[in-house]
Amino acid sequence: MANFEFVLPPAPTKDIKVGLGDGDLVKRSASTVSPPAKALTPVAKLIDVSKCIGCKACEVACLEWNDKRTPVGVNVGSYDFPPDLTPDMFTVMKFTEWVNPETKNLEWLIRKDGCMHCEDPGCLKACPAPGAIVQYSNGIVDFDHDKCIGCGYCVKGCPFNIPRISEVDHKAYKCTLCSDRVAVGQGPACAHACPTHAIVFGTKDEMKKHADDRIKDLKSRGFANAGLYDPPGVGGTHVMYVLHHADQPQIYANLPKDPRISPIVELWKGMTKYAGLAAMGAFAVIGLVHHVVTGANRVSPEDEANAEKLTGDRR
Amino acid sequence: MTNSWTDIKNTDLVVIMGGNAAEAHPCGFKWVTEAKANRGAKLIVVDPRFTRSASVADYYAPIRQGTDIAFLLGVINYCMANDKVQWDYVKAFTNAPYIVKEGFTYKDGLFTGYDEARRDYNRSTWDYELGDDGYVKSDLNHPRSVWSLLKQHVSVYTPEMVERICGTPKDKFLKVAQMISECSTPTKTMTSMYALGWTQHSKGSQNIRAMAMLQLILGNIGVRGGGMNALRGHSNIQGLTDLGLMSNLIPGYLTIPTEKETTFDQYMSTRGFKPLLPNQMSYWQNYKKFFVSFLKSIWGDAATAENGFAYDYLPKLDVPSYDVLRIFELMHEGKVNGYFCQGFNPLLSFPNRKKLTAALSKLKFLVIMDPLQTETARFWQNHGEYNDVNSASIQTEVIELPSTCFAEDEGSLTNSGRWLQWHWAGGTPPGEAKHDTWIMAQIFLRLKALYEKEGGAFAEPLVKLDWRYKDPGEPTPEELAKEMNGSAIADVPDPNDPTKLVLQKGKQLVSFAALRDDGTTACGCWIYSGCFNEAGNNMARRSTADPDGTGAYLNWSWSWPVNRRILYNRASADINGKPWDDSRKLLWWDGAKWTGYDVPDIAPTAKPGEVGPFIMNPEGSARLFTRGMMRDGPFPAHYEPFEAPIANVLAPKVRGNPVARVFKGDMEQFGDAKEFPYAATSYRLTEHFHFWTKHSQLNASMQPEFFVEISEQLAKEKNITNGGWVRVWSKRGSVKAKAVVTKRIQPLICDGKAVHVVGIPLHWGFMGETKKGFGPNSLTPYVGDANIETPEYKAFLVDIEPIASGPVA
Amino acid sequence: MNMELSRRQLLKGVSVGIAGTTLGALGFGDIEEAFASSIRPWKLANLTETRNTCTYCSVACGIIMYSKGDLKKGEKADIVHIEGDPDHPTNRGTLCPKGAGLLDMVHAKTRTLYPQVRKPGSDKFERISWDQALDRIARLMKDDRDKNFVAKNADGVTVNRWLTTGFLAASATTNETAWATYKVVRAAGMLAFDNQARV
Repeated sequence: MANFEFVLPPAPTKDIKVGLGDGDLVKRSASTVSPPAKALTPVAKLIDVSKCIGCKACEVACLEWNDKRTPVGVNVGSYDFPPDLTPDMFTVMKFTEWVNPETKNLEWLIRKDGCMHCEDPGCLKACPAPGAIVQYSNGIVDFDHDKCIGCGYCVKGCPFNIPRISEVDHKAYKCTLCSDRVAVGQGPACAHACPTHAIVFGTKDEMKKHADDRIKDLKSRGFANAGLYDPPGVGGTHVMYVLHHADQPQIYANLPKDPRISPIVELWKGMTKYAGLAAMGAFAVIGLVHHVVTGANRVSPEDEANAEKLTGDRR
Repeated sequence: MTNSWTDIKNTDLVVIMGGNAAEAHPCGFKWVTEAKANRGAKLIVVDPRFTRSASVADYYAPIRQGTDIAFLLGVINYCMANDKVQWDYVKAFTNAPYIVKEGFTYKDGLFTGYDEARRDYNRSTWDYELGDDGYVKSDLNHPRSVWSLLKQHVSVYTPEMVERICGTPKDKFLKVAQMISECSTPTKTMTSMYALGWTQHSKGSQNIRAMAMLQLILGNIGVRGGGMNALRGHSNIQGLTDLGLMSNLIPGYLTIPTEKETTFDQYMSTRGFKPLLPNQMSYWQNYKKFFVSFLKSIWGDAATAENGFAYDYLPKLDVPSYDVLRIFELMHEGKVNGYFCQGFNPLLSFPNRKKLTAALSKLKFLVIMDPLQTETARFWQNHGEYNDVNSASIQTEVIELPSTCFAEDEGSLTNSGRWLQWHWAGGTPPGEAKHDTWIMAQIFLRLKALYEKEGGAFAEPLVKLDWRYKDPGEPTPEELAKEMNGSAIADVPDPNDPTKLVLQKGKQLVSFAALRDDGTTACGCWIYSGCFNEAGNNMARRSTADPDGTGAYLNWSWSWPVNRRILYNRASADINGKPWDDSRKLLWWDGAKWTGYDVPDIAPTAKPGEVGPFIMNPEGSARLFTRGMMRDGPFPAHYEPFEAPIANVLAPKVRGNPVARVFKGDMEQFGDAKEFPYAATSYRLTEHFHFWTKHSQLNASMQPEFFVEISEQLAKEKNITNGGWVRVWSKRGSVKAKAVVTKRIQPLICDGKAVHVVGIPLHWGFMGETKKGFGPNSLTPYVGDANIETPEYKAFLVDIEPIASGPVA
Repeated sequence: MNMELSRRQLLKGVSVGIAGTTLGALGFGDIEEAFASSIRPWKLANLTETRNTCTYCSVACGIIMYSKGDLKKGEKADIVHIEGDPDHPTNRGTLCPKGAGLLDMVHAKTRTLYPQVRKPGSDKFERISWDQALDRIARLMKDDRDKNFVAKNADGVTVNRWLTTGFLAASATTNETAWATYKVVRAAGMLAFDNQARV
């Protein structure tokens, strides 16, 4: 037998281009873009729930890298702290104490929640502010806060309930997949920090291959339903999970089994295909989308006014 | 650690017991997840709580805190009964075949020689029978062989008995025992990762011995992926221990003389360490070289052969040690006037806070050197219920000195795997904060100046302390590191060729092999010799090269001793020098010398079979029977904690560890299960580090508030709601906390009785960014381990009740 | 197992042949140009890197501290970001939540900044100078030592110990600090000497 060699997955040096710019966009909210001359290799963050120890290094690294802080709260009877995503917390751990009905054993399921970077992003589709949400050809979905009008439609458009609107600047926030780090060839801050490499980052192909190895290992340990979470309903995602019980994603703090973009958002997306509508301008767009997506009373008049003012300024 | 963090990737089975590596050492735990992912290794977690480590384990078994010895001796019993023993290893490398003196017995929980009045043993029978030649007698099948005695000793720890004592269901115990026993083949290894979950008991040292014995029986010491891996708690607590910053130590695990050792020669006379087998290398025979070089390093020219190398300058002990429990006891008695805390927060760290506050209040002065505003520095300040004191009545003068933190200073830290890693300063200290080296130098120079000016009590050791630094006011880290490494004081000619020098005056020593006992070498810490030699600062090395991926990284930093990465690595090969496992070779005999991936832990030309691998022991073998080296027995035996929910089922009359030291008044402060029915334990959480990260906003926001954890069953019994307030109290104090009700804690059935566990994490105080809170140490008992006095933080008794609202600040 | 460029690879990739570690010196021209049109600029450009070791547990993860200003050049250095050193064999760039939050330890609001004294019976600290603090400490030590030093025990044996003052050493200071501390404490004859190994 050969001397045992420790295998490190390959560093994705060759395919990740340094620098992300306007020329790399494949989608832009409420706008049309011409496809980039040379598409970047799709990237993905893979979160292996079976290796996650729920240490929250990803949460702290995310806050630190993004120069955010979250207030010191109180204990409400769990380890889930902070309990949910906020405009400053782009990722949180969700802890579930689950008794496996087959083995009767306790399993502490810990899932890192945050933006999934959908291939078909509902937030972007729903967003009425031109360029406020973009998707690069490597798959990263990013928010441009200068262009965000804080309408909250991205929240409604998201099948995973991810974006949060800041009460301070009335803009939408979520994980950027550290587009700034990826742009210089570094992985996201959370993946860089993750002590057990439960979070890894690379090209989507490499991540799928890595996931296959992990699933094989989990199956050998008795997790017959181990599998990859890369939901087709949103065209696949650029943040994927390895789950020990991939047949029941909902046991992981309500990870949706078959996430899809709300049909209303799909309808709106369909409407933008009409050339005339895109030219209507944001003011009219707001009213329309407001109506179709949220109904009449979801956005406060104040927010609405601010949104109108902001978009008005931009026109 | 006998091995290193990066070596864990080589293992087949990880047993986390007496620790919670995923929670307390996440980045080291990575090598567990890597061993699992790349090698198919398995992870077993045995813990009273289903921890974060357990969340990724292949198998979890619950255990009642303070019963680890019963569990481990149960596993040894299983292995011996089922012939799951690596026989070639046990026969060749351990003391299993040695014959023990007649008269040694174990009965009713006690070994031969117990003296109840002194709470101590006469250990004269706890030894080998020597032949007329002075060497140990050996016969594996002799009824008094270590092996026969061990077999008899562990026979009581049947799976049923383990269940009765530990509360571990028999089937779960058997599954763990079976998984462990598979590692008795030469090609399967297990690693033990433990921490304060084993040390913080009144029999902590014996917890560790029990596992070490199991590892020897399985042949897992000295091999890749094996070992006894103590996961040290703080970044340089290994270094501070190595450097002997303890009452009874001299750097490199030499010992401070007792007052019975009145002269240098008398001190040395008991430190000969004559081999117990022919030809055996007994490394401590070099003790004199280490000791003299240490004395030369600290007192320089004032240490001469004529004055026993300034032997009189060393203080002499009248008790085994002035450890912190003894010192706070003396302080409490009003016998201590001054105290220094350098980066240490004893008010929160030590047991029985009420006693600590009373003790500190009796000091005349307290000096704090710390980068953070600690609770200890403010023990006199009223913080409502969180620190309810009357400032006016406390007469202690407190001086707080701001020191730099890691980011602002330079030097080396020794990690758990004994790697000395150099780091560099990158930030400007805030305010007037100063380096600790500057502070110590300034205090010393001022004290010295006072003695030079005024004279006073025995000034010599102070005024003659060797302090020849370029700037005496602030020695540089390099200067100090070079001193620890050691240098030649004089030219030493080669006895075989007078034209050549063995040592050249002023040059750094290459390693401790160059040390001499005649005063021609100086060395602050012999085990650190080699860290900064003529090749330069080896601790600053940063090569990531790792030939054949063994995980040794020999050119990354420097590890003691002599850059060796796995201790006892000679034992990775069989008696003939052939590796036990070809796929995991570490060291082998090439016909003329030892060679391999690590620095051999044996003389490079010591022929296989002639010299045993455990060269620090005079018998050359590892000890399953530890002779008289430990106060509480040559074998571990199950004792309950001093505060236990059930009596010791094996020896009902014995409370706690029968030889653990208990001060007057503290015994009366132990509670019993009638009054305090619940078994409490204290621990860390991954979001926090001790009492430090509560000062970091980022970490404070991750675990903001003090809480205790209880089972759903106990919550129901006591009508406690999840997230509600509770009061928890012991015989020594009371705290208020939020309740976290969880499935991760389950009641255990011990000796027929349901035992509820109350988990109390330790990170809160009244300073910093988190919500103010209490720690467990308002509740913990004032008693330590019988051998090294580590307080029994991990097992004590409390009661709990729901309350309407939290404390008033 | 970080699925990213190691720091070393990154530096090589963007600016061949430059040996320094100051990113600003690397002439990140192309990248910075690319940023002009991207949403999020990379925040580590033009900072000084320093290698250090995490101050918390004994895994001793390698860290890289990024500062504005370079201490080695005698400048004031303000640390603005800390992350794991990808070259480190043990942590491979990773950090736990404690390590990932090191920046807020360095800049904690509750750092000690000046020597202070709390006088007997007082309810507050008062700021003093280093000279005042150190002279006072030396005086307190000497007076206690002179008064309570035990040169010989009851049997007349030389024991040379000072038991009425004790010293608790740290757990995160360097070995070099520990050695300097050892020398001073032992030379003074103290036996009430301990560290954090047990807690």
